Amino acid sequence: MFRYFLKRLAYVAPVALGVSFFCFLLVHIAPGDPLTSVLPPDASAAQQEEMRKIYGFDKPLPVQFLLWLWKALQGDLGVSIATGRPVALEVGKAVGNTLIIALLAMVIGFVLGCLFGFISGYFKGSWLDRLSSGIAMLGVSVPHYWLGMVMVVVFSVQLGWLPPGGAGPDGSGAWKWNWEHVRYMILPALTMSVVPMGIIARTVRALVADIMAQDFVTALRAKGLLDRGVLTHVIRNAAPTALAVMGLQLGYLLGGSILIETVFSWPGTGFLLGNAIFQRDLPLLQGAILVLAMFFVGLNVLVDIVQGLIDPRVRRQ
Amino acid sequence: MTLRLKALLAATFLATAAPALAQGTLRIGMTASDIPLTTGQTDQGGEGMRFMGYTVYDGLINWDLSKADKPSDLVPGLASKWSVDAADKTKWTFELRQGVKFHDGSEFTAEAVVWNLDKLLKNDAPQFDQRQSAQGRSRIPAVASYKVIDKYKVEITTKSPDATLPYQIAWVMISSPAQWEKLGKSWDAFAKTPSGTGPWKLTAFTPRERAELSPFAEYWDKARVPKLDKLILLPLPEANARAAALRAGQVDWIEAPSPDLVPSLKGAGFQIVTNAYPHNWTWHLSRVEGSPWNDIRIRKAANLAVDREGLKELLGGMMIPAQGFYPPGHQWFGNPKFKLTRDLTEAKKLLAEAGYSVAKPLVTKILISPSGSGQMQPLPMNEFVQQNLAEIGIKIDFEVVEWNTLINIWRAGAKHESSRGGTGMNYTYFIQDPFTGVIRHLQCNLAPPAGTNWGYYCDPEMDKLFTEIRNTFDPAEQTKVMQKIHEKYVDEALFLMVTHDVNPRAMSPKVKGFVQAQNWFQDFSPIYMAK
Repeated sequence: MFRYFLKRLAYVAPVALGVSFFCFLLVHIAPGDPLTSVLPPDASAAQQEEMRKIYGFDKPLPVQFLLWLWKALQGDLGVSIATGRPVALEVGKAVGNTLIIALLAMVIGFVLGCLFGFISGYFKGSWLDRLSSGIAMLGVSVPHYWLGMVMVVVFSVQLGWLPPGGAGPDGSGAWKWNWEHVRYMILPALTMSVVPMGIIARTVRALVADIMAQDFVTALRAKGLLDRGVLTHVIRNAAPTALAVMGLQLGYLLGGSILIETVFSWPGTGFLLGNAIFQRDLPLLQGAILVLAMFFVGLNVLVDIVQGLIDPRVRRQ
Repeated sequence: MTLRLKALLAATFLATAAPALAQGTLRIGMTASDIPLTTGQTDQGGEGMRFMGYTVYDGLINWDLSKADKPSDLVPGLASKWSVDAADKTKWTFELRQGVKFHDGSEFTAEAVVWNLDKLLKNDAPQFDQRQSAQGRSRIPAVASYKVIDKYKVEITTKSPDATLPYQIAWVMISSPAQWEKLGKSWDAFAKTPSGTGPWKLTAFTPRERAELSPFAEYWDKARVPKLDKLILLPLPEANARAAALRAGQVDWIEAPSPDLVPSLKGAGFQIVTNAYPHNWTWHLSRVEGSPWNDIRIRKAANLAVDREGLKELLGGMMIPAQGFYPPGHQWFGNPKFKLTRDLTEAKKLLAEAGYSVAKPLVTKILISPSGSGQMQPLPMNEFVQQNLAEIGIKIDFEVVEWNTLINIWRAGAKHESSRGGTGMNYTYFIQDPFTGVIRHLQCNLAPPAGTNWGYYCDPEMDKLFTEIRNTFDPAEQTKVMQKIHEKYVDEALFLMVTHDVNPRAMSPKVKGFVQAQNWFQDFSPIYMAK
């Protein structure tokens, strides 16, 4: 098991390097000028040149990349051009905010997704299956920014039950775990949970249906096992894949949905990325993408390890 | 009078005086995606200055934001008087207001003025701040040097005689040197607890989320001590999110509601406040060799083809149809002879003289953006104009580029390859002072890369007028020259002049006392909240 763990960990380094290279390249080939956000539109050419030098944009791209990588390795992701604040600080804060709603969304999505998935798979072909599959399909297909807006119109504007946006009455800086604050996270988390719910439900349905058709289930039944006992076996067999899907989905959620966080003005990673893109804030964009990509990598490793713990076949491969 | 009676009277007085200072909290949803820079010179364009510039800080010269019925002009701020030397027109003296205090209690003096100019212009000064300099330096291009004359007098020397200096100086926000010293000479620390002389103090601040401003009771202009208890600023860049926040009672005021939401907001009882201000929505035309717009007949024909009233209907009334480059009624409007009416017969006639017709249309390309600060609703508006022009025989192809890219193309100029052969660009302008209003677009030596004369227009006669404006120090005479320039702009149809924005704001009926000045900046001091 320890060797397996080390092997998984060893994969992280080349992946991280590749990710950092691509995110640097992608950010730099996009059109637009990062200095637009710090200079008034009619700043003189000389002033633009001076700023370019200060931010190091006058150097050739490979040199810029190496300098950035060298600093990133030491934990310094640079300074946001638009705000002048350290990127690590900005991203750290945003990740913290997104984590709050992403975890809640994940719990909602996973519980409901598994529930609908099991029901559909177990009662395949029945009206229960059609209903659950319908809900799952809706979850995957409905545009979530649209759903977000509809939720705001219904629950905030019409009914006045929940706030339409923001992270607490005094901003995320003063976040507390009480109803006054928690009510701010309900609508974004619900909206965010819809896609993972749908995806997990569809995956679990296919898994359960597949497992139910296997010979060992017939054998279990032949041995006289009751439905409850059979279900336990089905769940154990379906769990590793469901977990892997959940891990990936959590990765997506941590990236924060640009659209959802914008609709709800939730100051998370999606909101941050959206602003960074529009302002061409290259250091912030690079830093944020890198951190999020590393989350993905980290989560994948974690899922692999957990899978290994649950399923001995994975360990042996 | 007994002591008890005196005490009772004093208590009554305090009780009645207190409400004047305690008139609620106003929460504003801004269009900016972040709290503007808090250290003095703000970022985030006009909105930054509106909310974090003229609130927390003052300039030596301020804008008069007290009237809604006429375009605002400059008024004394921290300088009570200024004048140019009669013999040497490059030397200006600013007499400073005495007894003005910064929020930290320190006194405002001539030293502070020089210290603040060094903050922007002198790279090796300890207080030099790159971020503020990036925002402020290009606003004061005329300034060559400056010095303290005495405790309350400063002299500023310009590179050449320049009568537009007061407009430039109105951009410079004065931060407190004492506060900066006290905070370990750190602008980062200063950003969290800034200190200016303005009517508002920044009392709490979460980047990207929220800023809280409270009245500065010792503000020097007693008439402008804020009536509210608190002013809270929230960045809400998404238009629907802003409207939802207003409807749900999370904010009391939103900037720039989108026109299609206005009728429903009005129906729900919200006030929609609008007014003219120095803004225009134009097509900036290229005058590079080969551009069809070099022919005045084509420029005039296009201007006569635009159905501005129809466009107004499209925008639900949220615009002022252009009669010139400046909004009608502006003090610099003058009396242009060319009237911007819709006259298709005349337009077709002019175009036929230039060799084009509906059967044999002129085909050309215009650069536009799908969104952008001040661009209003660029896609439907441009398509509307495109249809209008097609009716007379001008076929427009659009090259749609993202707003940030359009700004870069605007800086690079019509000759640059990034302009992709476009002969015009839809660009909206801040035109509040002579330089940003007229000079920067058309002065010969401001063609890229030296400046933003995007279309490489060059007319010695116009340049002469620009020189005249810089050398006319009497405000009334200066207005006359500006009118002459504006008449030339319109009579020669130098731009495709389409419309002016009306700076819409939607607010709860509880918001009282707001006077929407004809300006990019606004005064929040007279506002109070009804119970």
